[in-house]
Amino acid sequence: MGKATVIPFGPQHPVLPEPLHLDLVVEDEKVIEAIPQIGFVHRGLEKLVETRDYNQFIYVAERICGICAFGHSMGYAETVERLMGVEIPTRAEYLRVIWHELSRIHSHILWMGLAADAFGFESLFMHCWRLRERVLDIFEKTTGGRVIFSVVKVGGVVRDIDKLQFNEIKRVLEGIKHDYNQLCKAFLKDTSVKNRTVGVGYISHEDALDLSMVGPFARASSVNNDSRCLGNGGYKFLSDFQPIMDGQGDCYARVKVRALEVLQSIDIIEEMIAKIPEGDIAVPVKGSPADGAESSNVVEQPRGECYYYARGNGSKYLERMRMRTPTSQNLGGMTKVLAGCDLADVNMIVLTIDPCISCTER
Amino acid sequence: MGSFKLGAMTLGGLFKKPETIQYPAQTKPMPAGLKGHVVNDVETCILCSICAKRCPTSAIEVDKKGRTWAINRFRCVQCGSCVRECPKQCLTMDPHYASPATQMEPSVFDVPEHEKVQAEV
Repeated sequence: MGKATVIPFGPQHPVLPEPLHLDLVVEDEKVIEAIPQIGFVHRGLEKLVETRDYNQFIYVAERICGICAFGHSMGYAETVERLMGVEIPTRAEYLRVIWHELSRIHSHILWMGLAADAFGFESLFMHCWRLRERVLDIFEKTTGGRVIFSVVKVGGVVRDIDKLQFNEIKRVLEGIKHDYNQLCKAFLKDTSVKNRTVGVGYISHEDALDLSMVGPFARASSVNNDSRCLGNGGYKFLSDFQPIMDGQGDCYARVKVRALEVLQSIDIIEEMIAKIPEGDIAVPVKGSPADGAESSNVVEQPRGECYYYARGNGSKYLERMRMRTPTSQNLGGMTKVLAGCDLADVNMIVLTIDPCISCTER
Repeated sequence: MGSFKLGAMTLGGLFKKPETIQYPAQTKPMPAGLKGHVVNDVETCILCSICAKRCPTSAIEVDKKGRTWAINRFRCVQCGSCVRECPKQCLTMDPHYASPATQMEPSVFDVPEHEKVQAEV
């Protein structure tokens, strides 16, 4: 047995898109403990709720994270709508689901590209990001932005998608599906990918439950946890929804769950486009949340369940806005997985958790 | 044999149009609704300052006495709140991005006096 050594990992590291620091206690080439540290990008966004009114805060909420931007604005808007008892038009709910699922596609494909880059498969990385670009082009045409959309408001959405644009979205998604199936084949069947992922970073179903893990990280360990099943917002209009799960609990399972979720999201968007009703896209919202009124909401972000809580104080400013993001739930699971792994597998394990530090720190 | 799963896609790429463009010689066409920058039609503006009140980043400043409307392009996040709330529809979102500037100063526009329309008796 060698002497224990502490190796710092991050906050600047080629595999990390965001700053996360890990103190890896290593004996020989085995990690025996990983101590995470965050706090490098804290911006105090929740505090801003005291100086921005409930309509303006939506633009702050969507800046919590660049990848889940739409999810955060939708989650915040739904929470405030519950707080004020606002019923939004059905068409707006459909539109929110379509944009949210497009966000999931672009988030997962982005992540798959980063994963490919991490295990040294450069051409796979390029192909992933090439497909993601097409999703960003859809956003650009339908919302006017590529990353930050600003299309959600309390009471509905600010932009509609017309039939021509829907046809364009369907056509682009068909093209993505065709190419994406080939990418999936590379991710799920290629020997070099399997060598880096199969059996690496295993976490059992029981441990995943004990550590309250969420999102694809939990679903890869057979935890049936997907907030879309609750039918919040437009998800209640889905004819059938079954979360994608896998029982292997290793890095390969996490890649597989995310890979298949992209295809599931494409199906959801196609169903929503086929069923979307005509009508208004927003209702006028007047007044302020009542003093002491409370509401909560759960949204399935690309990385997992995100919980929102809001409390009013009778003015147009909220008393409190709180978010519990998926990565903060998954950090416990990540340290559990890292204990006992090979030092060379740390980057792959950290990446398969898909940590979003901006969300976690806000 | 588990390798070369991307072979067909990669080789197929040799015979397809490139996905990238030769920027800056070529540029992508701007979609109609792109959020580029906010433009004020000063001929129609009545300096009501609703835009300034709605702006989440306090990027807009309205001086009624000096008859100026100013926007700090470095603070503006192109959320479009001002465009939606403008009662005279004089604010629009131009699909072209604001050009780079050498100094971080707000763009100030003089708003001319409008002749008051006499109410018909």
